[in-house]
Amino acid sequence: MITEIFSEWGALDNWIVIAGILSALCCAIPGCFLLLRGMSMMGDAISHAVLPGLAIAFFISGERASLSMFIGAAIVGILTALFTQWVSRFGNVDRGAAMGIVFTTLFAIGLLMIVKAADHVDLDPGCVLYGAIELTPLDTLEIAGGLEIPRAVFVLSLMLLMNIIGLLLFYKELKISSFDPGLATSMGIPANTIHFGLMTVVALTTVACFEIVGSIIVIAMLIVPAASAFLLTTRLLPMIIISCVFAALSSILGHIGAVSIPRMIGFDSTITSGMMAVASGVLFLVVWIYVILVRSLKNKAIRQVHS
Amino acid sequence: MTVRKAVKDSRLWNVKIGFALILFALCLIVSQLHGYSQSDSGFSFFNRSDSDDGFLEFLFETLILANYNTRLVVLSTTLLGVSSGLVGSFLLLRKQSLMGDALSHATLPGIVLSFWFLVALGKDGKSLLPLLIGAGLSGMLGVVLVLLIRKTTKLKDDAAMGIILSVFFGLGVSLIGMVQSLPEASAAGLESFIFGKTASMVVGDFWMISFICVVSILVSVTCIKELTLLCFDESFASATGFHVMWLDLLLLLLVGAITIVGLQAVGLILIIAFLITPPAAARFWTNDLQQMLTISAVLGGVSGWIGSSISALLPKLPAGAVIVLVAASVFIFSMLFGKTGGIFYRWQRHRRLSIKVSRQHILRAVFEILEKNLEEGKSILRNLPVSLSELQQHRSWSRKELHRQLKSASRHGYVEFPEEGVVCLSEDGFGEAARVTRNHRLWELYLIRYADVAPSHVDRGADFVEHVLGPEIVRKLEDELRQLEIQLSVPPSPHVISGASQKNLKTQDEL
Repeated sequence: MITEIFSEWGALDNWIVIAGILSALCCAIPGCFLLLRGMSMMGDAISHAVLPGLAIAFFISGERASLSMFIGAAIVGILTALFTQWVSRFGNVDRGAAMGIVFTTLFAIGLLMIVKAADHVDLDPGCVLYGAIELTPLDTLEIAGGLEIPRAVFVLSLMLLMNIIGLLLFYKELKISSFDPGLATSMGIPANTIHFGLMTVVALTTVACFEIVGSIIVIAMLIVPAASAFLLTTRLLPMIIISCVFAALSSILGHIGAVSIPRMIGFDSTITSGMMAVASGVLFLVVWIYVILVRSLKNKAIRQVHS
Repeated sequence: MTVRKAVKDSRLWNVKIGFALILFALCLIVSQLHGYSQSDSGFSFFNRSDSDDGFLEFLFETLILANYNTRLVVLSTTLLGVSSGLVGSFLLLRKQSLMGDALSHATLPGIVLSFWFLVALGKDGKSLLPLLIGAGLSGMLGVVLVLLIRKTTKLKDDAAMGIILSVFFGLGVSLIGMVQSLPEASAAGLESFIFGKTASMVVGDFWMISFICVVSILVSVTCIKELTLLCFDESFASATGFHVMWLDLLLLLLVGAITIVGLQAVGLILIIAFLITPPAAARFWTNDLQQMLTISAVLGGVSGWIGSSISALLPKLPAGAVIVLVAASVFIFSMLFGKTGGIFYRWQRHRRLSIKVSRQHILRAVFEILEKNLEEGKSILRNLPVSLSELQQHRSWSRKELHRQLKSASRHGYVEFPEEGVVCLSEDGFGEAARVTRNHRLWELYLIRYADVAPSHVDRGADFVEHVLGPEIVRKLEDELRQLEIQLSVPPSPHVISGASQKNLKTQDEL
C-alpha cells in the first residue's frame, strides 16, 4: 500500500507538500502569540471578514487579478483587527464577542455588495474566497537560472521570510507584551503598537495564505500546532519551534492521508487542505492523550509515595 | 439546601410571567396563521406582488404580518431572534460567544456522514431530517470535546473552540471531497444546501423553527437561576450541588438546537450574529441580568422582524445579511447611547464630574483668599469681592481656564461680577464655598491624623476624594474629629496655602 503511494508520488505532490509546509509555518509563528493573547479565533474572523475588501477591490479594478484582491483583503483584514480592538476597548465588550460582531457585520456587508452587483459581474463568494492547494503547482513562475517554481511557493517563501525576520527583530517585545502588557508598558515598550503590528502580520499572513492554499489550512494552522505546543512546554521559544515542527508534520501527513486514506475505503481521493487540518487535529489528539497520561502517572506515583 | 432555596426564591417570577405572555401572544399569532398557511407548501421569498400599493403601505403590511408572502419568514426570524437573544446572553456572560461559530462549523462532518449513510442505504441523500440529526450529533460531539479540552488542559476557551472548529470543518471538507465521487447521488451543493437557503422557506421549516425556539425559550426561562449561577459564580454553583459540566451541556444543547435549525433556515453568518450581537447590545442598557435577558430577547426579535421585512421589500437582498446589518446598527446605537455602559453616557458622566470638581476648586480658592485677606483680630468672615488677578495667582490657572470656570459657576448662581476685574460670591456661592472648604479640610485633617500623610502633601491628595465625599462620610469625619476638639465651622487649613500669609503657619503650629 505504502509503496504504491510512493511509486505514484511525483513532482506535483512535492510542490503541494512544500506549499503546505510553507503556509503552515507562516501561520504557526504568529499563531503562538495569538494563542497566548487569547485571540485564537482571529484567523477565522479575518477569513470571513475580508469579503467586502475583495468585493471593493474587484469593483475598482474590474478584474480578478490576485494583487488588487490581495490588497483589498489585506486592508479589510487589518480593519477587522482594529474594529475588534475598538469595540472591545471602548465598549467594554468581551474580546470574542467583539470579534464575532465585527466579522459577521463585515461579512454581511460584503455579501450584500456581491449580491447587488451579481447581475452584471461574475463574482461569487465561493470562488473569490478560497484558493485550492491542489492547483498551486500549475501556476508557475520562472526565477533566475531558468528554474520554474510555482508562484505560490515563491509568495509563501517571501511571507515566511517576512514573518521570521519580524519575529527575530521584535522577539523580546512580543514576548514581554504577550505575557505582561503592564510590565511592557512600564519598560517603555509600546504594547499597543506591538499588538497592532502583530494583528497586521496576522491579517497579511491569513489573506496571503488563504488566497493561495485555502482558508481551512490557515484557520487550522493558526491554532492547532500552537495549542499542541502549548501543552508540551511552558517556554516561549521551544513552543514556537515545536509548533513549527507540528505544522510541517501535519502538512506532510495531511497530503499523504489525502492520497492514501480514500483509497482504503473505496474512494478516489480527497481535498488536501481538509486532510491537513485533520492531520493537525490528530497530532493534537496524540499530544492531548500523552499529557493526560503523564499527569495521571505522576498523580499515581505521588499517591504511592504518600501511602 | 437553604442556599438553593434562597436562590430559588429570588424575584425571577416576573421574568417567567413576562416570557409566558410573549409566548402566549406568539401562539395566538401562529394559530391565526395556521389557517392561511395550510394550503401552500412553499413560496418564494422575493415574490412581491406588483400591485398598486405604495411602498410604505407594503412595509406596514409586512410589519404587522398581514402580508401573506412574507409572514412565515418574518415570524420565524423574529422567533429565532428572541430565543437566540435569550440563550446568547448566557453565552456572552460565560465568555463563550463564539461557541455558535465553532458549533456551526462542527456540524459539517455529521452532515456529510449522514448523507453518505443515506446513499449507502439506497435512500435519498438529501432528505432533511436525517441530515439535521447528523449535524446535531457531530455539533454536540464538537461541543463536548471543547468542554473536555477546557477541563483537562490549560488551554482557554478560544483555543479549544478554534481547534474544534478548524479540525471538524477540515474533516467535513475532506469527507465532501470523498463522497463527491459517489455515482449514486450528487453531493454537490450539500454544504450550501444545509448552510442557509435564506431565500425560500417552507411551512415545515417554520414549524420546526418555532418548535425549537419555543422549547429553548421555555427551558432557559425555567432554568434561569441555574444558568445565572453558572455565568456568575461557577464555584458557588458547584458548592451548592449543581454539576457545572451538566449545566454547561444544557446551555450548549440549547445553543446547538438553535444553531442547527437557524443554520438550515437562515444561514451560518446570521445565526452566529444572532447569538452574539443582541446580548452584547443589551449589556449597554442595564447591569441587571433579568433586564438584560429581556432587552436582549426584544432586540433580537426586533432585529429579525425589521431586517426580514426590509429584505422582503427590496428585491435581491438576502435576509440573513440584512438582519445582521440591522442587529449591528442596533449594537452601534447601544454602544454609543446605552444607558449604563454607552460611550456617550460614560463621557457625559466623566465630564459632569470634572466640571463639578473644577467649580468646587474655584469656590474654595475664593474662600481661601477671603480668609487670607481677613483683617487681623476679626473672626467673622465677610463676603467681599476678590480681584481676578489674585484668584488667578492663587491656583495658577490660565486666564482662559479661569474665565471658563467662572462662567460655569455664574451659570449656577454661585458668583457675581459687581464690576470689571472683580468677582464676588453670591449668597448661595458663599455657603457652598464654606461647605466645600470645610469638606476639604476635614478630609485633610483625617488624612494627617489617620493616614500619616505629611501636611505638605495633603492638599493634592485630598483633592481627589473630597468631591465625592457623601454626607454620611462627612458626618463620620465630624465625629472622629470632634474628639480632637477642633471647632467645626470651617477649621483652619492645616498647611500653608500657596501664596498665603504667615498667619496660616501659626494656626498649623497651634494644631
